[in-house]
Amino acid sequence: MDYLVILIAAVFVNNIVLSQFLGICPFLGVSNRVSTSIGMSGAVLFVMTIATTVTYLLHHYVLLPSGLEYLRTITFILVIAALVQMVEIVLKKVSPPLYQALGVFLPLITTNCAVLGVAILALGLDNGSLLKAVFFAFANSLGFGLALIVFASIREFLELANIPEGMKGVPINLLVAGLLSLAFLGFAGLV
Amino acid sequence: MAKPIDQQQNFFKGIVKENPVFVMLLGMCPALGVTSSAFNGLGMGVATLFVLLMSNIVVSLVKSQIPNKVRIPAFIIIIASFVTIVEMVLEAYIPFLYEQLGIFIPLIVVNCLILGRAEAFASKNTLKSSVLDALGMGLGFVIALTVLGAVREVLGNGSIFDWKFVSEDANTLILFILPPGAFIALAYLAILFNRLTLKTA
Amino acid sequence: MVRNESTLLNMVLALIVITVVAGFSLGYVNDITLEPKAKAKLAKKMTALERVLPDFDNRPVSEILLVKVEGAKDSVEIYPAFKEGAFVGAAVVGASEKGYSGLVKIMVGFEPDGTVHNIVVLEQKETPGLGTKMKGEKFLRQFRDRHPANFELKVTKDGGEVDALTGATISTRAFTEAAQMAYEEFVKNKELITTTDR
Repeated sequence: MDYLVILIAAVFVNNIVLSQFLGICPFLGVSNRVSTSIGMSGAVLFVMTIATTVTYLLHHYVLLPSGLEYLRTITFILVIAALVQMVEIVLKKVSPPLYQALGVFLPLITTNCAVLGVAILALGLDNGSLLKAVFFAFANSLGFGLALIVFASIREFLELANIPEGMKGVPINLLVAGLLSLAFLGFAGLV
Repeated sequence: MAKPIDQQQNFFKGIVKENPVFVMLLGMCPALGVTSSAFNGLGMGVATLFVLLMSNIVVSLVKSQIPNKVRIPAFIIIIASFVTIVEMVLEAYIPFLYEQLGIFIPLIVVNCLILGRAEAFASKNTLKSSVLDALGMGLGFVIALTVLGAVREVLGNGSIFDWKFVSEDANTLILFILPPGAFIALAYLAILFNRLTLKTA
Repeated sequence: MVRNESTLLNMVLALIVITVVAGFSLGYVNDITLEPKAKAKLAKKMTALERVLPDFDNRPVSEILLVKVEGAKDSVEIYPAFKEGAFVGAAVVGASEKGYSGLVKIMVGFEPDGTVHNIVVLEQKETPGLGTKMKGEKFLRQFRDRHPANFELKVTKDGGEVDALTGATISTRAFTEAAQMAYEEFVKNKELITTTDR
């Protein structure tokens, strides 16, 4: 039950992009094609889940016992940076086409605040456990993927639309994101 | 460097021509996430300005000592250190702001603006240019966040810097304080900004 | 622009030096901010206590009573207040996870007979402009000088007597749940807190 609540909350009610404003950079930057947005979501899913697992363990078994909690930010970001490098190397070997599509954006995951944000938020869960934290990260990456892919699909249609000169580019994208966020507001109170 | 940098232009580019929020779309997460009031926007802007300035100074000082291949991790450590310092200082001396900004304080470390300036500017330029670059970019960020926060607070809460100018029971456009309002307000500000800068150009 | 050749030795060396310098400077800043941080937390608690309790002359913070409650992560904090040796009331921290965005934590000050003296909100992440109005005078006024035994701490929609905040019934529900929990803990532990010597 707990897990179902976490899942629904993370994907719909408190969507990480549309209501928590984490991971806006890739959300606006990698959303012009549905195909790339799917790849990006996959990469985030992978990195976010593993990163949270590692950071949760580090926090509970290294930082907390030794009273070094204040090094949280610095350790977490280093873990994430290292993980991204590994994903990049693995992708290059395993799936060159995907690497071609995502190559430019993979380094961006390091500065994707959603990954660091979820790793930190996962520490503050009630009655937290490792399993819960990992599931929380997984659910949030699904939420990220949903927002990104829906947004990319809308943007593909926008290309054919007749948009006033002054609103082309950034403003229209932000407005679409705003409306999408408004739609997600409808899920409020679901859990 | 091949040609000397015009320092005045170097400073002002961050405020108008290359404004990090309105033009470059950097640091969007805090720009949207904490700007439900003008004060929060200002606080976040100043915290970011501090980290940006300090990391630009340190990066430009040590740039020649750092091997090329590990420069990004090195920059990240430098930035993360200053962010942690800001976090501790805020918690100790301005606990109110610390609570308001919440998770967005540690997230300054992943603000693309800071790593972007360290990599694209401070690692290639002199200390003086880097300081001016950081001040210009940082001020541009502060101004953008404060304006966005002010617009959202005025429309959504009928107040500015916590000074209320409508009655307690008045109906305000709450939408602008809610998440969708952040996107919408920023969209219209970007349109306005584009218009103004196009005219002067 | 001069860039160093990257060799394994100087890469490792550079990173180690940076990490060590960063680690030590953070440790140093942590040391000097440790005391102000604790002070800031204490000051916040003291202002909250002064606002919710009747006049007192003891130090409730040092006489705190921690009660373990089943199912809750943290134990409940109860701060007894005395004036000239007589029990004048107690502040109880109540919490609910059912807020619009999670935790709502409040401090309720009770007079010796259980009447609510005042309430302050300690922590909340509710929607600005809607749920955050629970911190407002207009909302808190309705609880003052009421006795939870004959003032049901539930939203009017749910058959209680608390007027919900406009557009923030969920936040109000969490608030009343936290207040109810504080009241129950106050009644349960009254014997324990009214005695001066523990």
